[in-house]
Amino acid sequence: MRERSDMELYRTMRLIRRFEERAIELVHAGEIVGGIHPYIGQEAIAAGVCAALRDDDVITSTHRGHGHVLAKGADPVRMLAELTGRATGLNRGRGGSMHAADFGKGIYGANGIVGAGGAIATGAAWAAVKEGSDRVAVSFFGDGAVSQGVLLETFNLAALWRLPVLFVCENNGYATTLTVAQSVAGSITGRAEAFGIPAVSVDGADAAAVLDAARDAVARGRAGGGPSFIEATAYRFDAHHTWEHKARVRYRSDEEVAAGRSRDPLDIHGVRLDEGVRAGIDADVEALMAEAVAFALDSPRPDPAGALDHLYATGMRGRNGIGLLDTAVR
Amino acid sequence: MARLSYLKALQRALADEMARDENVCVLGEDIGVAVNNVTTGLLAKHGPARVVDTPLSEQAFTSFATGAALAGLRPVIEFQIPSLLFLVFEQIANQAHKFSLMTGGQAKVPVTYFVPGSGSRSGWAGQHSDHPYGLFAHVGVKTVVPATPEDAYGLFLTAIRDDDPVVLFAPAGSLGVRGDVDMDALGPVPLGVGRVHREGTDVTVVAVGHLVQAALGVAEQLADQISVEVFDPRSLYPFDWAGLAASVNKTGRLVVVDDSNRMCGIAGEILATAAEEMRLTAPPKRVTRPDGAVLPFASELDLAVQPQQEQLLTAVQEVYKSSR
Ligand SMILES: Cc1ncc(C[n+]2csc(CCOP(=O)(O)OP(=O)(O)O)c2C)c(N)n1
Ligand SMILES: [Mg+2]
Repeated sequence: MRERSDMELYRTMRLIRRFEERAIELVHAGEIVGGIHPYIGQEAIAAGVCAALRDDDVITSTHRGHGHVLAKGADPVRMLAELTGRATGLNRGRGGSMHAADFGKGIYGANGIVGAGGAIATGAAWAAVKEGSDRVAVSFFGDGAVSQGVLLETFNLAALWRLPVLFVCENNGYATTLTVAQSVAGSITGRAEAFGIPAVSVDGADAAAVLDAARDAVARGRAGGGPSFIEATAYRFDAHHTWEHKARVRYRSDEEVAAGRSRDPLDIHGVRLDEGVRAGIDADVEALMAEAVAFALDSPRPDPAGALDHLYATGMRGRNGIGLLDTAVR
Repeated sequence: MARLSYLKALQRALADEMARDENVCVLGEDIGVAVNNVTTGLLAKHGPARVVDTPLSEQAFTSFATGAALAGLRPVIEFQIPSLLFLVFEQIANQAHKFSLMTGGQAKVPVTYFVPGSGSRSGWAGQHSDHPYGLFAHVGVKTVVPATPEDAYGLFLTAIRDDDPVVLFAPAGSLGVRGDVDMDALGPVPLGVGRVHREGTDVTVVAVGHLVQAALGVAEQLADQISVEVFDPRSLYPFDWAGLAASVNKTGRLVVVDDSNRMCGIAGEILATAAEEMRLTAPPKRVTRPDGAVLPFASELDLAVQPQQEQLLTAVQEVYKSSR
């Protein structure tokens, strides 16, 4: 059992790592427009938490969302097609990196607004309770998000109404260029504890530690014990966003980055696996990513005539931008 | 004459105002390292008491600026993305904007809200590509959208010096615009005064922000058939109605191009006022984003939703041909 979950954790992390590396190549090649927020270095958090979840559990994610979306079970092939703006993508090319979603897997989406997912996850948890289900909801967010008022308001609702929601704060030390010391008064776990939400800090570079903490929290949620909070610390290995690869902003020293990267979650967990097993997983992931890149680049681009398809769930259509009597775009 | 980019003009305006008036301070996210290249060098020069890197607490720091302004400071807030203005709409529309009237004129709130890179930045998708200037004009917050480097400089200066809240949108499509500028002539540009970039006699095109460049392109393309006058309002609220009337009463024809949603957008307001109060000889037109547009991610979809130069060209030709 432990062995199997060790392999799964490693496989998920390896998939996220290679997905991100290939995606960065595609950004530089101009195939992914708008860039991405790479998740490299934080893989153990998404892998560990999502390993404690069922398919019908719900997650909300962030601008740095690829890891969560993949770990919760989205198809990496269609995910990469989304990032490259293809009609075959998870969101039919409408969402891109910051909005990737797969409702069939309980993935309520990455989100472009910091702190926005917490309340959404909590509402989904409430719906589960009303339905009599023991589903839980998880909201991932960064250290920057704990300064958003809406998140603190959400902690209150979740605790007050004992909702099965798990708040996972990924403390990677920075909100873009702002350090946690510059942004958080008190402590991150203290934010949750103030509302009576049980909170723990874990090593977010260790997938097994994250999984243990997530299992406890999820079990409490399913049993009607209310919300939980996990602070998982890790280091963001790459840029805040790929624009940084070209920009001249400097806010981390080379020594700090090197030290951060020396605690690689894939190695920390990888050593728990037999070397041959690890190599086999690596090869599988490699093949899957090769397939994903080929599929994405071969996929058709969406038809501009349908640019605002899906604007309304009912299919309602508004006017175009050039007037009802014009024929150029109908 | 010197070559000045729009972005450098913004940078210079803020630097000049901070040097001139010690009550000017700037708040925002990642402004210390100047991720948006506007606050460059300011932290080193003025220190963290005047250049404040904030936690990600937009609602709090927006009203915090209101409080500071009520107490005598002149804060400038940089917002990383245009949709953050939705987040702080309460703080601007319902607090900062209302103090003066509600206090019977006791209070003033000289805050500048500033968005470097509004509208689509290509590939930033649904939550990062809005152009909500019309919302602020609608509630009556002073709203400016400069289109050229000298106007970016001048309107930023004016916004900071104005005793009321002012929102300044710097469209992503304008940041790279360069112009030959007489540096000594750079100075404040008054609110509510439009600018004719090119004179013409057949059709008035009102263009907002980065679309001024598209309008100039159309005027050039049509130069031997239709004489197009390009009118840039520069500030959307207050709006230079007299300047527009002078143009429209001359040409009798009007097309507005505006990179925001059609329903209840600024283009609609401009057409309505022209129809009510100016001498139109042909039905006017507007080229806008569609109703309720949410910018889709994929490049071809993103472009399909924004007003395009060819659409403007067609609209100008149709208005020129049509007569009552
Ligand atoms: C409400 C809001 N404010 C600002 C931004 C711009 N922004 C995007 S990511 C980011 C930093 C987020 O930091 P954190 O929450 O720690 O997540 P991390 O990027 O470290 O994963 C900022 C300021 C935003 N998208 N939403
Ligand atoms: Mg962070």
